[in-house]
Amino acid sequence: MQIELREIRKTFGPVRANDGITLSVPGASIQGILGENGAGKSTLMKILSGFIRPDSGAILLDGRAATIRSPADAIRQGIGMLHQDPLDFPPLKVLDNFILGRSGSLFPDRRRAAREFRDLAASFDFGIDPDAWVNGLTVGERQQLEILRLLWFGARALILDEPTTGISQPQKEKLFATLRRLAAQGMTILFVSHKLEDVELLCSSVAVLRQGALVGTARPPYETASLVRMMFEREVAPSRRVPPSPGAPILSLQGVSLEALRLQISDVSFDARAGEVIGLAGMEGSGQSVLLSACAGLVHPVAGRVLVKKRDLTGQSYHAFMRDGVAYLPAARLEQGLVGGLSLSDHFVLSEGRGLFIDRKGAGDLAADRICTYNIKGSPSNTVESLSGGNQQRMLLALLKRSLSLILLEHPTRGLDIESTLYIWSRLQERCAQGASIVFISADLDEVLQFSDRVLVFFAGRVSPPLPADQLTVESLGGLIGGKGWETLGKAAGA
Amino acid sequence: MSDPRRRLPRASTTLLQLAAIVLAILLTTLVLLAANAPPVAAYLNILLGAVGSWNVAANVVVSWVPLLLATAGLLVTFTAGLWNIGIEGQITLGAVFTTWILRAAQGTSVDPDLAIALSILAGMAGGALWALLAGALKTFGGVNEIFGGLGLNFVASALNLWLIFGPWKRPGVASMSGTVPFVKELWLPTLSAQSRLAPAAVALALAAVVIVYVLLQGTHFGLRLKAVGKNSSAAYLLGVPTWQHMMISFALCGVFAGLAGAVQVTAVYHRLIPSISSGYGYLGLMVAMLAGFRAALAAVVALFFAALNVGSIQLPIVLKQDSSLAGVLQGTLVLFVLLAQGVRQRLSSRTSRRAS
Repeated sequence: MQIELREIRKTFGPVRANDGITLSVPGASIQGILGENGAGKSTLMKILSGFIRPDSGAILLDGRAATIRSPADAIRQGIGMLHQDPLDFPPLKVLDNFILGRSGSLFPDRRRAAREFRDLAASFDFGIDPDAWVNGLTVGERQQLEILRLLWFGARALILDEPTTGISQPQKEKLFATLRRLAAQGMTILFVSHKLEDVELLCSSVAVLRQGALVGTARPPYETASLVRMMFEREVAPSRRVPPSPGAPILSLQGVSLEALRLQISDVSFDARAGEVIGLAGMEGSGQSVLLSACAGLVHPVAGRVLVKKRDLTGQSYHAFMRDGVAYLPAARLEQGLVGGLSLSDHFVLSEGRGLFIDRKGAGDLAADRICTYNIKGSPSNTVESLSGGNQQRMLLALLKRSLSLILLEHPTRGLDIESTLYIWSRLQERCAQGASIVFISADLDEVLQFSDRVLVFFAGRVSPPLPADQLTVESLGGLIGGKGWETLGKAAGA
Repeated sequence: MSDPRRRLPRASTTLLQLAAIVLAILLTTLVLLAANAPPVAAYLNILLGAVGSWNVAANVVVSWVPLLLATAGLLVTFTAGLWNIGIEGQITLGAVFTTWILRAAQGTSVDPDLAIALSILAGMAGGALWALLAGALKTFGGVNEIFGGLGLNFVASALNLWLIFGPWKRPGVASMSGTVPFVKELWLPTLSAQSRLAPAAVALALAAVVIVYVLLQGTHFGLRLKAVGKNSSAAYLLGVPTWQHMMISFALCGVFAGLAGAVQVTAVYHRLIPSISSGYGYLGLMVAMLAGFRAALAAVVALFFAALNVGSIQLPIVLKQDSSLAGVLQGTLVLFVLLAQGVRQRLSSRTSRRAS
């Protein structure tokens, strides 16, 4: 199937997720879609697969204008999407998942479906038992099941969103072989990824998105450096930070290994020293959130030790970490950081108040004082959900205890305007000057380079040694995030 | 941006609530018409049955006490975001523990007043114990408090029946009318010899509401409980020990439920009967919802529900209609008020969307 996207536009509030994207994908080909987080890849694919409707623009399938109203409508028109997290029903059996969503009579013909499933699976050399339970399958097998289902539904175009995350190397090779074979048979494949190597290995053409726009296309043989440049290129203000003289270690990770849903992180060791800012860079889901949670005691390592100010806190709860001066600020401000329905004043009472009865007047004064100090646009009696994102983040900072030794932040400035961003960093740098150590996650390379002293790069659970920020460029960092240049890292970092 | 709940003018909110009450009465009237009963006469009878004489008015207060106690307890668990369905079992266990102490004290030289006080304390402990069981199932066993509570309700009522028909059965033949009544000295003193209205019980119930009100409105504990109920993960990150607070809220609710059971035994029935909880726990859930989980309003709503219950006792006698009509009115009232809240939320989110 030939797919043509013309001038696709989609905005979410002030964000232009897709800003007039035009892309033509011929039949029987594998089209790579590259871009960093927030570049607009997912939005474009969701539009093509019927999850969201574009604000404007046209989709042409085999030269004919098409309107895709829903995912079910997309599959009727021959477009199937394979999501990063397979959308299957783990408590059901493989065959039930296979049949689900297929329109037909009230009672599905299970015997026929089972026969067709076996034939289809055998033709691709997939060894999945139709009577197995889905929650017993590996991610790779669930992916195979999903591919078979989409093919059985008559898909003529397949969209794969980050399909190589969380699957083993042999499964990846099998997936690639399958995709090449399908393409040879006339299938159109859109392969969304941030892994340069996978894209280079598989795709017959690559389109690069940046900030909602298509910034370039490439054909083999690919030049990695030019792809990275297209993905990340921009003006970056060089770090104006004067690197502090390293203080005593505040946080020490010693050989920490972690296991998350689809990731394994092994043997991470580093120190965060007083006055130092460490940035954790990588595509979302590469392991940085898990590691940061482990630094707060929210996730317990399977091996290794976590020390705060030389005290071994391995296996202790977040509240134990808090008592030793650790604060953790989550990315989901309203979901995890603040209590919706409670006022600003209530929050200050919650985090500072002791004793039996609440001193309403004292709480109001404290709230008014902090609101003024942190320049929050709101009054003590406002609920936190009535604040804007930037003010919610200021609120989280205002709630931090007076003396802290370690501040852990997940996407501290995500969704904030430049003024709020700079304000938040100025407050954080004050904390550093007072001797606190900061570890933060950001998907924004500029932010990582501008505000960090050292950077840890994450790629599919691999963690780089701490790299001095002033020796990194957007390109070298972008390459590492995309999985390139790791071989030379050991030498460059020295230790 | 302002608080989304303030988007809708106060007048239309009041209007919606009034509409809910009118609709509930309308639907109940339809039920009455379908049952071939004269609606006006029925409502009049309920009214007279509730306030027609000092005697029935006193009965309303007798019914108000356990309902108010159950509601007060439920306000604590609702604040922590918990659906303590198990309150029925907690009332039952309170009654069982109270009976146990009174049976032990009966016929000994223990001072009757001390025995009554001890039995009430035991009832509170029994309710708390049963509530903590539901809490432990949730916290350590991952069993949703609704399922755990429901299961424990059945266990509690089975235990109650076993005691009545087994170890504590009346001499001779066991009966659905319960255990042998205690000697008069072990009854909670009532207004008069005929009345079942015990001033001490009313004082306890009122004290419970005041305590819960102050606890939730004025203390750090209440605020932390609110935070846990609204967003437990954020509360945890703000330093609130979340599961401990859930357990305490269960225990507190159990104390009040157990007290309700104790009052039913010492002041109303003077013995243990099979249906000792009388559905006051479930009714308390409805009162708490109808009152919008506010302690001050809960007292008024509970009084109204108690009046409906007592008033409708007249129906079978005068109109040959079943007294379950009170339940129909209470149920539809809660449904329509909740519906009105849903409509209000929908309207306000639509207006706020249009505004942005």
